[in-house]
Amino acid sequence: MAPSSEEIYKTVNEILDETLVPDDPVKPESTLLGDLGAESIDFLDIMHQLEKSFDLSLNREDFYPDDILTDEQFVQEGRVTDAGVAALKERMPYADLSSFENDPSLKNFGDLLTVQDLCQMVVHKLALGGDAE
Amino acid sequence: MRWYHIDRFVEFVSGQRAVSIKTVSLTEDHIHDYWPGYPIFPSTLIVEGLAQTGGLLVGEMVGFERCVILAKVSRATFHELAVPGDRLTYTATLETQTPEGAIIKGTSHKDDILQAEINLVFGFIPERMEGVQQFYPADFLATMRKFGMFDVLQTPEGEPKLPPAFMLEAEKEALESGILGDEIAPPSA
Repeated sequence: MAPSSEEIYKTVNEILDETLVPDDPVKPESTLLGDLGAESIDFLDIMHQLEKSFDLSLNREDFYPDDILTDEQFVQEGRVTDAGVAALKERMPYADLSSFENDPSLKNFGDLLTVQDLCQMVVHKLALGGDAE
Repeated sequence: MRWYHIDRFVEFVSGQRAVSIKTVSLTEDHIHDYWPGYPIFPSTLIVEGLAQTGGLLVGEMVGFERCVILAKVSRATFHELAVPGDRLTYTATLETQTPEGAIIKGTSHKDDILQAEINLVFGFIPERMEGVQQFYPADFLATMRKFGMFDVLQTPEGEPKLPPAFMLEAEKEALESGILGDEIAPPSA
């Protein structure tokens, strides 16, 4: 039986508390990098904990789709094009990109994912059967 | 003093798990400086011992062709002190690996007693550093032989496994040129 939203949030919260040991309490709107202080190597740890906890298969691109963000078709002069934003939306339906759309500067993407997005990622992956896309 | 915090490998299954031992001795300087008057083996050096055990497990898994760094100590829980005379058994088990790094689950046992649980995240040095030689292959191989790695290294199927060819070649050249002394010559060279 799939876990409820509350169970997912509780587990994600515990994982972030243990892996990042943030100074401030974890909130749904907390961003992983800016608010919780995650560093790039933490994503490997977080990914592994999520995979174990929810029996999922994830990959780095689920957090940061390198292929899109390094494609000249989608990124020009440091900004993600409309086509790039559309590609990101399709790839990451679990991420709230509304604020990013207002200023799609590439540097803004790094601190985009929130705790809520991470929970939605889990819901999305579970609905797909748990496999990495 | 040399920065060796394991004494010998006793088990090494490529890409799966490595087990090493560390014998704590009163002759080690840091034991006297950590808590003056109360000689215990510093817990940080138990982390280092497991990092050496786990780091070499990760490095061997990729044929020592990528540079492995300890990126994060995810968990370190100590249940018992380690004191002179103790023999610690460090077990590093590969939990997961990705193109960016690997996660190791580690334990330290004092005889049958779980002494510590230490989980580590290793990263591979980014591509911009690839191609920069971090060590001399012959020296590195000599150190691995001191640890007895190749006495116990085996494939997951249980077959003995040799050092990487590029290290054996470097070792051969070093021996022929007299750079490596007899005392660290490989037993089967």
